[in-house]
Amino acid sequence: MTEPLLRIEDLRIGFTHRGGTTNVVRGVSLEVGPGESVGLVGESGSGKSLSCRSIIRLMPARAEIRARRVEFEGRDVLALTDAQLRAHRSHNVGMIFQDPFGCFDPTKRVGEQVAETLRVNAGMDRAAAHSRTLELLDGVNIDRPEQRYRSYPHELSGGMRQRVMIAMAISANPKLLIADEPTTALDVTTQAQILDLIQELRRQSGMAVLLVSHDFGVIAQACDRVVVMYGGYVVEAGPVGEVCARPQHPYTRALLESIPNLESAGHRVRREGIPGQPPNPAELTTGCPFVDRCRLVQPECANVDMSLIAVAEQHVTACPFVNEHRSAVTLKGSS
Amino acid sequence: MSDQPLLQVRGLSKRFALRRSVSEWVHHQSGDEHLAVHNVSFELARGEILGLAGGSGSGKTTLARMIIRLIEPDAGEIILEGQNVRAAGGKELREMRRRMQMVFQDPFSSLNPRLSVGSAILEAGRVHHQPGSDDGDAFVARLLGLVRLSPTLASRHPRELSGGQRQRVAIARALAVGPEILIADEAVSALDVSIQTQLLNLILDLRDELGLAVLFVAHQLSVIAEVADRVAVMHLGEIVEIGPVAEVFHSPKAEYTRSLLAAHPRPFALADAPEEVNIRETH
Repeated sequence: MTEPLLRIEDLRIGFTHRGGTTNVVRGVSLEVGPGESVGLVGESGSGKSLSCRSIIRLMPARAEIRARRVEFEGRDVLALTDAQLRAHRSHNVGMIFQDPFGCFDPTKRVGEQVAETLRVNAGMDRAAAHSRTLELLDGVNIDRPEQRYRSYPHELSGGMRQRVMIAMAISANPKLLIADEPTTALDVTTQAQILDLIQELRRQSGMAVLLVSHDFGVIAQACDRVVVMYGGYVVEAGPVGEVCARPQHPYTRALLESIPNLESAGHRVRREGIPGQPPNPAELTTGCPFVDRCRLVQPECANVDMSLIAVAEQHVTACPFVNEHRSAVTLKGSS
Repeated sequence: MSDQPLLQVRGLSKRFALRRSVSEWVHHQSGDEHLAVHNVSFELARGEILGLAGGSGSGKTTLARMIIRLIEPDAGEIILEGQNVRAAGGKELREMRRRMQMVFQDPFSSLNPRLSVGSAILEAGRVHHQPGSDDGDAFVARLLGLVRLSPTLASRHPRELSGGQRQRVAIARALAVGPEILIADEAVSALDVSIQTQLLNLILDLRDELGLAVLFVAHQLSVIAEVADRVAVMHLGEIVEIGPVAEVFHSPKAEYTRSLLAAHPRPFALADAPEEVNIRETH
């Protein structure tokens, strides 16, 4: 087995405030292999964004990270000095966000901003940075790169801004690209183009991708493996096709059942959905965070330790009652 | 009269002037114009849910806003049960706006942060002299019940609610004035999937219980597939296709509709054994 590129074990992130500590990420373990594409799916407040930001230690103030390990190519990310962290961010990991507008300086031309990244991170001179930027813009399928080089962020469409953002993130040939809800603000046609672009770049350069999204559809389209988060825990992980076909955790199952589907057009269907609200991290105690909304809740659920149990090769779930669920599903299917 | 549609829109158009260049300004020329909505016509029947789909910039929000004249159309007619909405003014327009209420994507921006949920609902009801609005508590409790919220939430403020609850309150306030048409502009787009399902079910319930007609604007085709009876697909300001959802989504006629459908993510295309995650028909 090859050494994973990224290895996170038992990651915990809490916010300290006057009343104590609120734990938002409560023990997440996650691996990304070289060139692999992993999806991190969960609802708001599940801790998915914070977890992936810990990889480059891009944390809000007052956030406290503890982990058995956060390792990138075997090096402890949490122990990096400031200078090492800068090098880690600029050479190893590229990151793109939901709102590329917020990541650009509105007073500078976008091409210059990409070129500045190259000058600072790769030590290129102006001329080299300029021509490399044009190459990069061309590489993310921006037509007329010379003209776009001179555009200001507000002159570009959302999809175009996201492309420039990607160009900037991959400018140093990172080994891992973290994409945090990269297509949430875009319409479906542009979304499909951006996802295709990320796949294409991955094939060309062999970089790994960690794609964070609340949309299972996006993950299913773009990833090999999926990690499902809920209430600060990983509740299920496995190959995308396997998890979609045989979801084990009741949350994953309910989430998949909730997804609106084009096939329901014209049928008078009404989805059950998931009753209640996602949990407030401040109110979570021990046990499974999904208890209040779970259809298959048992008395023992208040005490489960959320460690992951293997159900098939590479397919794990935090729900210890999977076998009982499976028989319940068979019953439902046969009735 | 009963076969007359509740709302008829005919040939509605709107152009926005783009900013003029200096030379155009000096020479008193008009600048370029952007045709946001062009010659759009459709009908909405009582109790019908019409989905309005399209990419960003297709003109769906402009169209929705023109119907209640938040944006003045340049041309065309809007007929609400035989009455011309564009010609109405003063009291008459106010009454028409009462009958057509709008819910937006971000309820935070449409709810007064300093008013409690109960006062926001009651104020809307009283302004339009709704029956029962003289008995505040009962009125508020009835409306919160309609959107499946507990009456104990009446004393809360918008910031104390979750996203899904806030959107329910926005709907309750819209319903407080007794509308016949609800215009939902991306009303569920910002919500998590599990909460989105709850809101879609609520909209279906309200249609059944109140006979509400809904113009449901959304960029996500799958969401429209879940709630709408018919769908209109907009592209570059025009309706390129309109028809029953099953027909449009299963055998699209317009090239643009086909490309939208092709771009739509399908999580279950990968599932080799989909029977376990299949949706169930309601009893």
